[in-house]
Amino acid sequence: MATESNPESELIARIVSGEQELFHELIRPYERMVYLTCFAILKNETEAEDAAQEAVISAYRHLGSFRGEAKFSTWLVTIAMNAGRKRLRKTRTAREVSLEQSTEDSEGLEGDYTPAFLTDWREIPLEALQRMEIREAVRSAVEELPDIYREVFTLRDLEELNVDETAAVLGTSANVVKVRLHRARMLLQKKLVPFLETTAPARKSWFWRNA
Amino acid sequence: MKLECKHVWDYISEYLDGTVAVAVREDIEKHLEHCEICSAILDSTRNILILTADERTFELPVGYSERLHERLAKAMKESEDDSTASDEPSGG
Repeated sequence: MATESNPESELIARIVSGEQELFHELIRPYERMVYLTCFAILKNETEAEDAAQEAVISAYRHLGSFRGEAKFSTWLVTIAMNAGRKRLRKTRTAREVSLEQSTEDSEGLEGDYTPAFLTDWREIPLEALQRMEIREAVRSAVEELPDIYREVFTLRDLEELNVDETAAVLGTSANVVKVRLHRARMLLQKKLVPFLETTAPARKSWFWRNA
Repeated sequence: MKLECKHVWDYISEYLDGTVAVAVREDIEKHLEHCEICSAILDSTRNILILTADERTFELPVGYSERLHERLAKAMKESEDDSTASDEPSGG
């Protein structure tokens, strides 16, 4: 609702009325977002980079149709999402296989979204995990999430879109976003907690901190 | 109201986002005071979110930005050259 001068909408207006070069400046703050969105779908650096480029070019060509009802970032991430999915379809047909249908049907199942206990930590053999860098462990755990959870998690916890923006990008409801996010976080906690235990023990001083 | 561990877990995500109702949050905090298990779960989940948001965890490919702007510049030039381009990708 802020109507005070918004440098971004001014920038967009100038680009649309002919100063195309400024589009470079417009997208600079969102390059990371665009890439991460594509990566969440494609899980491959090269593919994600190509899709990100396609998304940015598509956004450039369609900027005239951006009406400003949504935030520019949300609009751009939606385009990135589409570009990623388009490319995914292409690579899948190229491979002639599409075994991965596990997206929507997993939602109805009674998955185990309970967190891992302290006592579990010692029971899981994790030599492989422990050899990894912690960041690498986080990355691979996120990659292994089911698609629908990884998408929500990426938008919310990596790109820091809010619940409504995430719902808009994914064409779903805020409630679905919350449920998927919760499950994504619990799955990650379960997978990563033994690793965190060895490197970053829980600190009690954090309890009262509530963002 | 006394919360069981199971109930606390249901709220972990919203608790971390600061979106639980005040009354529920108070119950959760009361529970955390004496429950090591839930405290550890909450802490580890928070740690994961901190690591995730850290830009070093999910890095961009080296040279990504340069290549992006190069390709964009090329596309800009092309659409300038022939303004009758027909191959329009769908924007959503």
